[in-house]
Amino acid sequence: MSIGRNLVRGFRNLVRRKHADGDIADEVDSFIAEAKADFEARGFTAEAAARATRMALGSSTALREEVRFYGWENMIDGMFQDLRYALRRLRATPAFTLVSIGTLALGLGATSAIFSVINGVLLKPLPYAHPEQLVAVWMTAPGVKIADLNMAPSVYFTMCDEERAFQAVSIFATGSTTVTGKTHPEEVRAVFATHELLPILGVQPQLGRFFAAADDDPKGVRTAMLSDGYWRSHFGGDRSVLGRQLLIEGNTVSIIGVLPPSFQFMDHKADLLIPMRFDRAKTNLGVFSYQGVGRLKPGVTLKQADADLARMLPLVAQRFPPPAGYTVKMFDDARIAPNLRLLKDDLVGDIGNMLWVVMATVGIVLLIACANVANLLLVRTEARQQELAVRAALGAGAVRIARELLFESVTLGAIAGAVGLGLSRAGLKLLTAPDLVHLPRSGDIRIDGWVLLFTLIVSIGFSLLFGLIPVLRHVRPRLANTLRSGGRSMSHSKDRQQVRSFLVIFQVALALVLLVTSGLMIRTFRNLHHVDPGFTNAQEIQTVRIGIPDEDVKEPERVIHMQQAMLEKVRAVNGVISASVISSVPMGGGESNDPVYAADKTYREGTIAPLRRYKSIAPAYFTTMGQRLLAGRDLTWADIYNGGEVAVVSENTARDIWGAPEAALGKRIRPNQKDNWREVIGVVADERADGVDKPAPTIVYWPLLTKNFESEPLVVERYISFVIRTPRAGSVSLENEIQKALWSVYSNLPLAKTDTLQTFYSRSLARTSFTLLLLAIAGGMALLLGLVGIYGVISYSVSQRTREIGIRLALGAPIAQVTTAFVRSGLILSAIGCGCGLAAALMLVPLMKSLLFSVSPSDPLTYALTSGSLILAAALASYLPARRATKVDPVEALRAE
Amino acid sequence: MIASMNRTNTDVIQGTLDMLILKTLSLEPMHGFGIARRIEQITDNVFKVNAGSLLTALQRLERNGWLNADWQVTENSRRARVYALTQKGRKQLHEETADWQRRSAAISRLLKAQA
Repeated sequence: MSIGRNLVRGFRNLVRRKHADGDIADEVDSFIAEAKADFEARGFTAEAAARATRMALGSSTALREEVRFYGWENMIDGMFQDLRYALRRLRATPAFTLVSIGTLALGLGATSAIFSVINGVLLKPLPYAHPEQLVAVWMTAPGVKIADLNMAPSVYFTMCDEERAFQAVSIFATGSTTVTGKTHPEEVRAVFATHELLPILGVQPQLGRFFAAADDDPKGVRTAMLSDGYWRSHFGGDRSVLGRQLLIEGNTVSIIGVLPPSFQFMDHKADLLIPMRFDRAKTNLGVFSYQGVGRLKPGVTLKQADADLARMLPLVAQRFPPPAGYTVKMFDDARIAPNLRLLKDDLVGDIGNMLWVVMATVGIVLLIACANVANLLLVRTEARQQELAVRAALGAGAVRIARELLFESVTLGAIAGAVGLGLSRAGLKLLTAPDLVHLPRSGDIRIDGWVLLFTLIVSIGFSLLFGLIPVLRHVRPRLANTLRSGGRSMSHSKDRQQVRSFLVIFQVALALVLLVTSGLMIRTFRNLHHVDPGFTNAQEIQTVRIGIPDEDVKEPERVIHMQQAMLEKVRAVNGVISASVISSVPMGGGESNDPVYAADKTYREGTIAPLRRYKSIAPAYFTTMGQRLLAGRDLTWADIYNGGEVAVVSENTARDIWGAPEAALGKRIRPNQKDNWREVIGVVADERADGVDKPAPTIVYWPLLTKNFESEPLVVERYISFVIRTPRAGSVSLENEIQKALWSVYSNLPLAKTDTLQTFYSRSLARTSFTLLLLAIAGGMALLLGLVGIYGVISYSVSQRTREIGIRLALGAPIAQVTTAFVRSGLILSAIGCGCGLAAALMLVPLMKSLLFSVSPSDPLTYALTSGSLILAAALASYLPARRATKVDPVEALRAE
Repeated sequence: MIASMNRTNTDVIQGTLDMLILKTLSLEPMHGFGIARRIEQITDNVFKVNAGSLLTALQRLERNGWLNADWQVTENSRRARVYALTQKGRKQLHEETADWQRRSAAISRLLKAQA
């Protein structure tokens, strides 16, 4: 009741301030009138009564103010007054206000933008029900040196039968497929998965039904689900779409459902969801090349689930036969073990490390910015010292003055925070631009309530931090001193200069840390660029990916002839210097590792040979790419048509098996113990197939068409990439001409996926370039802010000591000596700062070790160069204001004060 | 003059103003100055009520729901804000009185023991 009354009354007074004031004034007046009447009643004359009343009660205004101060609403009102006052004072000094808001807004904007990324990528739970139960099914096989072993159908079937810790497991693959039966075949993105996927994710179709076990049956009716986007763009959102048919890679498929608009399968954009139709009867122990996702039973930990899978893995080998040419013993030797991961961790991967480094970096920039503003505020408060002292002398409470000073900084912080949010919005657009870097979960990155809250807390928190510095310095001014000196401070108080010097040292130290990190990133970037990726002039190589599915063309011989014909047509395109074909372009993904046996080496019965990367090529691949041939010769079409019993190996493969590149020539190798032997005819330079920063895998290049290969009588690589060297690479006209050339051989091809090799190359460097860019921007800002700090301190100290300089010059001190004194004090500050910064960097920088490439976190050259240039820059920043000191006219200086 | 030397007037004891106001209003509703005068009269001018404290206290008590306030015209035809005790205020007065008596009795006992 009374709280309600209190609130209502308070709000009413706030809203109707005048009315409330009027009420109080009326009551006070009435009180005074009654008091006066009382005096009159006691026999005073009117005049005497009025006097006596004033004597007793004081002035009516003072009384009114006293009464008026009661109530919570007056606290707020007082704060609004402080706010208005702060705004007025900030407006009165636009230069200070703009500089500090700009500085802070940059720091806050950067912090808020990076926090949005961290929030979206790392902190937010996945958008599925009970995301903590979702796991990615991975295994590991230390016996064959595979850290992350993918999911296989045999493991999936065993898990379905035997699982105890899981609610369900699904196996899936992502890729693309071709929808035909229209004017042009259409390439669409697809997720292929067993029927458990949607229930595992807890996703309900918006139309139609879930997949059922029958949909996974290879003999059953082919079915598919549409994404909301595909449904709207291709069927106009027609609800009668259920039961209609699509022609997918030549097969009739009926549509059984539509996914909800919110559906997002991790980071894959899929148009179609297609059941994975494994034939259990034909399943063997091979094909560890799918992805698995499972939902744990409530309360089951990752460790328990790992144990459950470990229990099931031996059962797999009992229930399914090994693929031809392999034995169960080999699988035992691979020592396959569970390696389950939370789905979120799997999706996010190791980008967290880089994001936290960047977050720490922008945090440091923000600290430097705050130090700068604190410095400005100190000067500003110093200038107000007289005023504050007078007010304190007149009875203004320390709390009141402190509140007012803090309000000014909080107002600055709040405005800067708002501006920073605007900057952060713009910055996020840049950060999440798809061609800059691949950020997982980029769809979840946005400015949401958490980001707003974070920005608010950081803005207010940091403004209180830098606002407190002048408050602690100035709230208890030594009244007598301040008032007496009357602004003619003979020498400014020493401890105040100490605070400012401390701030500068702090800034220089932090700036050095950031410069070191950017320096190390620059070295990393240079090192990566000096790595020979195994090809030259990537921007001149156009890649075009196509596939000829066996539903369309059954016979391998026909496929290879078509591929050769296409290659001939492509070579004839205007401007093409050379062209060839490979199963997977460098850094383009799609790896496949299998064992390679050498004829002159002995392998223990039943053991598996070391795995090598398999690639299939057409002739002239190496000359097209600019990959150096170290020994032997390239393969020819004759080799291919003769059964493809030849191979080219990479240098590291040759060294690994035979010790030297030349030693490999003439040696015979094969994928398993039943295949035909193939002769090594050439050795080429290593190729960084997994990215510039990853070690080059040991590769064997087989011909596109091979006989008796991996237990198949005749195998052709159906999904291939053309690599085309031409100065026209990347142009739309070239793409069109190539498309026409391909269609002239095989009109059933969908629009091909084209990219220059440079795209793959840059993508593999993207994370490093991205980190470098962000750290360089942060380092640049830090350097600038640090230098501004030094400049400010020196120039303030020059302006404070004008009189002294005047006297010294008048007494004949040489100009150089005066300048040197100032530069020296600037240098001392920056040297101390550098020292602290070096120590801090040595402690902090090892945290970013995983982002560096062949450079040590304590690389002496980087440390020396950055601190050297920082001190040099600091010297310049001190020299500029110091030079002003020499322009002092002694007479003017002495007269000025 | 002799009388006034005997009577040293003091400010109201800290924390008792509320109780004095409530007690005064329990006799009859009255305006601010009336309360002040009545307190001084009854206590034989021992307590002097500060106008600012009194008016602030009246606002607070009114906010707490112990008093009702109403603008009225007094007998000498001036407008004044007249305060009256509410039911809640009466209860509060009882509580405060009981509390005060307990405390003052304790203090008296203590002082007697020392004497």
